[in-house]
Amino acid sequence: MPSHTVCELRDVSFTYPGAAAERGTKVRPALSGITLSIKDGEWVALLGSNGSGKSTLAKHMNALLVPTQGDCIVYGMSTSDADHVPAIRNAVAMVFQNPENQIVGTTVEEDTAFGPENQGLPPGDIARRVNDALAATGLREKRQSPVYTLSGGEKQRLAVAGALALDSSCLVLDEPTAMLDPQGRAQLLAVLAELHRGGKTLVSITHRLEEIIHCDRAIVLVRGTVAWEGAVPELFQSTEALREWGIFIPPLAALWKDLHARGITPLPSVPSLPEMVQALCP
Amino acid sequence: MSIVVDRLSHTYHPNTPLETRALRDITFELQRGAWMSVVGHTGSGKSTLVQHLNGLLIPQSGSVVVDGMEVREKSPHLRAVRRKVGLVFQYPEQQLFAESVLEEVAFAPRNWGVPEAEIPGLVQSSLALVGLDGQYLERSPFHLSGGEKRKVAIASVLASAPEYLVLDEPTAGLDSFSRKELVDLLTALKEKGYGILLVTHDLDIALQASDAILILNRGEQVVRDTPRRVIEHLRGDHIPGLSLPDIVTLSAELHDRTGTVPVTWDWRVLAQAIGEMKR
Repeated sequence: MPSHTVCELRDVSFTYPGAAAERGTKVRPALSGITLSIKDGEWVALLGSNGSGKSTLAKHMNALLVPTQGDCIVYGMSTSDADHVPAIRNAVAMVFQNPENQIVGTTVEEDTAFGPENQGLPPGDIARRVNDALAATGLREKRQSPVYTLSGGEKQRLAVAGALALDSSCLVLDEPTAMLDPQGRAQLLAVLAELHRGGKTLVSITHRLEEIIHCDRAIVLVRGTVAWEGAVPELFQSTEALREWGIFIPPLAALWKDLHARGITPLPSVPSLPEMVQALCP
Repeated sequence: MSIVVDRLSHTYHPNTPLETRALRDITFELQRGAWMSVVGHTGSGKSTLVQHLNGLLIPQSGSVVVDGMEVREKSPHLRAVRRKVGLVFQYPEQQLFAESVLEEVAFAPRNWGVPEAEIPGLVQSSLALVGLDGQYLERSPFHLSGGEKRKVAIASVLASAPEYLVLDEPTAGLDSFSRKELVDLLTALKEKGYGILLVTHDLDIALQASDAILILNRGEQVVRDTPRRVIEHLRGDHIPGLSLPDIVTLSAELHDRTGTVPVTWDWRVLAQAIGEMKR
């Protein structure tokens, strides 16, 4: 049923064109033989070390990149067909890693309105979208502020607000928390959880395992291929594999697994911090 | 030899409706061969502070003195200060522009007027400092991995032969492996005598690698002390946007209860101590 699938990749490979290729040097493809699908309303985490192909894959989801081989189908439309690209970009919004590269307006409000203005919406609808997006990202008080007065973390939230204002049914976020402090990170994750409850399809790219607990599913990329796919709690059990894939294991979890392996604690699953203190030092 | 910051304050857009106080009365000294980390919530003034250290911003009140040279408007020393204090900005790989790593790293020393004959050697030694060998020289900086791009960006700052390295969130977006590599690299540079000032959200890195930590909150200096004392401070006093890594909190709780478990940020050390306690 095409309407239930947001994005489907069929045996997708992608190689970046560039100097090395021109000189005839053999270049490793950024993606090779990727097959996966993302269902409507799902929240999927895309994990992998630097250079594993996460960002390249994300850019396929709104036709910024098209497969060198294979097919990428978004809401039933092939990204390789140029006629479909505008519709695909309306359906899938993207938040990139570095907010500096995606801010275009002079004030917070103008920047957020840029997307819906381009969609040609009536002013009333634009205002409503901007209001909602700024409220969701905690930027309402800053709406009149010039963008250059924002801190790094505020700029990152502004980038998310800009994508929210597009009101697309799917949002792809490439490391949206990289520049946020722990509190800002928690706030943004709460915003995403809320969007997820509202039925939006979310794909988040991250290095941080502790950020994916609310996701329905995780996909692990290793050197451009899908190394693992499944439910999040199962991923947390695969400590050895995670280390091999270059994915950070929260230290508390690593400690607990180690204590369990040495028979110091009988509990296999990682408890909360207060429970841990209680268990170790009653 | 050191960077001395004394009662530094800065307000953006003074006397306008946009007036924002970014820094107030910041005071510290960074010696060569030492590592200080600056941590604080987003908007706490970290980046504003960094821009004062090599004269991108001139103190409105208070002072910044680098190896005896004061940073002020029209100072004849400004050029020398900019060379002594190398700044690595957020997402430094966005500033890469050259066709090859060689050209990239050679750009700054050429601008400083270093004789062409010395350039290749300088580029090689700067790359060696960040752990990249000669095979990178002809590669395009754009086709390197995230971690390698950061290293090239740092090498191109090192090629100006600075005495201090100031880095604004250099670990953002790096995976745990590249992050550890970067921390090891900065530790090695510190041991070679560079003064390191690291701006970060990552309290974990600040605690394990720095000699001193300065915490900013809304532009004010909350505490400046050794990692151990900063842990004590943070346990007693909550600062917005900052929380101790779980492993530190756990070890501190167990330390209070047992007296034998050490306060640590290393889960392996903690696992060892718990094992001994239980035996």
